Amino acid sequence: MIESALQLALESAPFLLKGAYYTVVLSLGGMFFGLLLGFALAVGRLYGPAPLRWLTRLYVSFFRGTPLLVQLFLIYYGLPQLGIQLDPLPAALIGFSLNMAAYTSEILRAAIASIDRGQWEAAASIGMSKTQTLYRAILPQAARTALPPLGNSFISLVKDTALAATIQVPELFRQAQLITARTFEIFTMYLAAALIYWALASILAHFQARLEARVNRHEQDN
Amino acid sequence: MISVRNLRKAFGSNEVLKGIDLDVAAGEVVAIIGPSGSGKTTLLRCLNLLEQPSAGQITVGDIHIDADKPLKGQQKLIRQLRQQAGFVFQNFNLFPHRTALENVIEGPVQVKKEPREAALAHARALLAKVGLSGKEDAYPKRLSGGQQQRVAIARALAMRPQVILFDEPTSALDPELVGEVLTTIRDLAEEKRTMIIVTHEMAFARDVADRAIFIDQGHIVEQGPAKTLFTAPQHERTRQFLSKFLLDRSL
Repeated sequence: MIESALQLALESAPFLLKGAYYTVVLSLGGMFFGLLLGFALAVGRLYGPAPLRWLTRLYVSFFRGTPLLVQLFLIYYGLPQLGIQLDPLPAALIGFSLNMAAYTSEILRAAIASIDRGQWEAAASIGMSKTQTLYRAILPQAARTALPPLGNSFISLVKDTALAATIQVPELFRQAQLITARTFEIFTMYLAAALIYWALASILAHFQARLEARVNRHEQDN
Repeated sequence: MISVRNLRKAFGSNEVLKGIDLDVAAGEVVAIIGPSGSGKTTLLRCLNLLEQPSAGQITVGDIHIDADKPLKGQQKLIRQLRQQAGFVFQNFNLFPHRTALENVIEGPVQVKKEPREAALAHARALLAKVGLSGKEDAYPKRLSGGQQQRVAIARALAMRPQVILFDEPTSALDPELVGEVLTTIRDLAEEKRTMIIVTHEMAFARDVADRAIFIDQGHIVEQGPAKTLFTAPQHERTRQFLSKFLLDRSL
């Protein structure tokens, strides 16, 4: 029993690893573009003109207020009706990025707003521009506040990429489903998939911890 | 060096500065005193546009700001003015994620685009000057309030400003740390640097300043040579303020 399970796991490994590859691509892509767009949204919300602030709020409200699964279906199955046909992978990547951006923008907005006004004034007093101040003084400090919740969101994303199975992306969960359909080794395959998700999330958590230690360097007493 | 004409500042309907005229000569040390809420800190903050004046003219060195016109179009001038007018805050406002040395070179390297090596050498010399040799690599959190304020003074000096503005530089300090910061400022005064100091340290103001200005309710009530103003104030309100203060001191 155990031997046959091991053998099955070995035989399935290439398929699962190929699935894991898509999972990693979707996760990293969603984080990267989600962070980029989220930062733009946060800055727009904090410092933009009134119509832009209103639009960013609408954006965040929509993407946080509707199920990710529905958003993916809208993009992959819905958009073709409007003449926009996307392959599964780009569709999933766009969906995860747009969704992630809503969360990261709120995290970044709160973190930036939490920095003391005196920091803006200190930077202004040595002649720094607003943009310079944001990058040199405010963001490095806001990162301290933002990293733990960002880490949470990113780990959620890794797990949520399983939803891409529903729009034909051959990622980890989808591969496990396909193998299960062929071999009926349901428990073994889904357990293997679960362990891989767990490993990926753990690697991410590890990097998050290291990054946190780095941005908290100046807080150490000794 | 500094010229201010008809400077006005209102927060909503509350007019805090009601038309201030002020001239400061190169090398002059001016102390501004007055009760809390008199407008003295607001005046200082208006001088480098940390506070947006409602009206008036401000000249620092060769930079002129016309606050009767919208300030939006004068942002570049404002940044140039700030490079000429160093500012030392009550709460230090050091960048907590940068070491003492990094705090000091931030302006020269990022704003004035000085070569990093030259900025570092200058910064080390400035930290030595304010008595902080050996603390170059310390983060602000590991420094005492007095040390932090001296780093902040070095940060202001690093821009090679024509004038330095001090906003109650010792008010946030524990009593035993006040002396070291006042000594640093006194040294700068002896170098004949142009400085404006808002302070509650009356003895210090009397000894160090060339001129003292008493502000109350948004007006300059009285000004003159520091020794004269403290020993023989002309105006009744100045007398009241100083007597109350000296009374507190003697307790």
